Amino acid sequence: MPECIVEFNRVSKKYVRQVALDNVSLQFPQGKIIGLVGPNGSGKSTILKLTAGLVRPSSGTVKVNGQAAHRMLASEVSYLSELDTLYPFYTTSETIDFNAGQFGDFDRTKAQELLTFMQLDPGKKVKDLSKGNRGRLKILLSLARKVPLILMDEPLSGLDPLVRDSIIRSLISYLDLEQQTVIITTHEVTEVEPILDTVVAVQNGQIRGVAEVEDIRINHGQGLVEWMKEIY
Amino acid sequence: MGQEFNTNQPIYLQIVQRLCRQIIRGELGAGDKLPSVRELAVQMGVNPNTVQRVYSEMEKLGVAETRRGLGTFITEREERLRQLRDELMTEQINGFVDDMKEMGFTAPEIIDGVRKNLENV
Repeated sequence: MPECIVEFNRVSKKYVRQVALDNVSLQFPQGKIIGLVGPNGSGKSTILKLTAGLVRPSSGTVKVNGQAAHRMLASEVSYLSELDTLYPFYTTSETIDFNAGQFGDFDRTKAQELLTFMQLDPGKKVKDLSKGNRGRLKILLSLARKVPLILMDEPLSGLDPLVRDSIIRSLISYLDLEQQTVIITTHEVTEVEPILDTVVAVQNGQIRGVAEVEDIRINHGQGLVEWMKEIY
Repeated sequence: MGQEFNTNQPIYLQIVQRLCRQIIRGELGAGDKLPSVRELAVQMGVNPNTVQRVYSEMEKLGVAETRRGLGTFITEREERLRQLRDELMTEQINGFVDDMKEMGFTAPEIIDGVRKNLENV
């Protein structure tokens, strides 16, 4: 297995009027929790979508596990969108059944454990769930898959502190970092800091810095927030 | 969630220090089993990779041993644990004395101050 699970080689992505990503070369190491941080519109989500094969680069190449990123890589990549993607008419347990049918690697036992952990009511319809519980359900669906790469776009955004806390704890409890890598975009830097291995700072479609979170503390004697203030 | 950490020191070192203090206080004894990597990660609210690093650091210090398939244990060598106690005491005292000297206190003043403090407690 390659040491790097994702490799960007001189990747640019242009939408009609704007450059979302500008000649980015980047490698994501395997078996880590990686945080993509940066202001709104900096290109974080574009990096995730390119990795998931949901959009194509305007130039350059994106490789996942040594293969060109493509949407058919769905068997190796789990992508959690920042949008609401659940069917409102399904119950929680029907949503789990549906996902288990979609993905061969879906682990029902793990889903069941997560259901208990997240204290979700299996009989409740998605449309009747609170925003926080919809957030929890999305995380459940993502973590119940046995995939090498999990991408999460803003999984904490707009959720209250209790929900954010349960999501972070579920990541610690249910990720299998010997087999899995996670890339997560977030604004909630202070909250995710203790669980990040690596941080990638993005701004204006470019990479401003890549560092190991523990190294920032060792070399600069400062936390992630102070480091970000320095580089931005 | 979990525990609070200072931002000026790596998290893994802060956890190593906490575990070492538990050993010195006798909450963890020679041969005791430490929590699994996952358990401690959940307890501390940190990345499991960080806990992995905590355990390898403690092995390097000779304070813990990992037994294949069984987990990580506090060393059985009580001698090493006594030594650890001395080391941590020296470390703390060094830091304190350096601070005091920097502020211009003399050795007799420091000793006197410490004695008074201990008598009052």
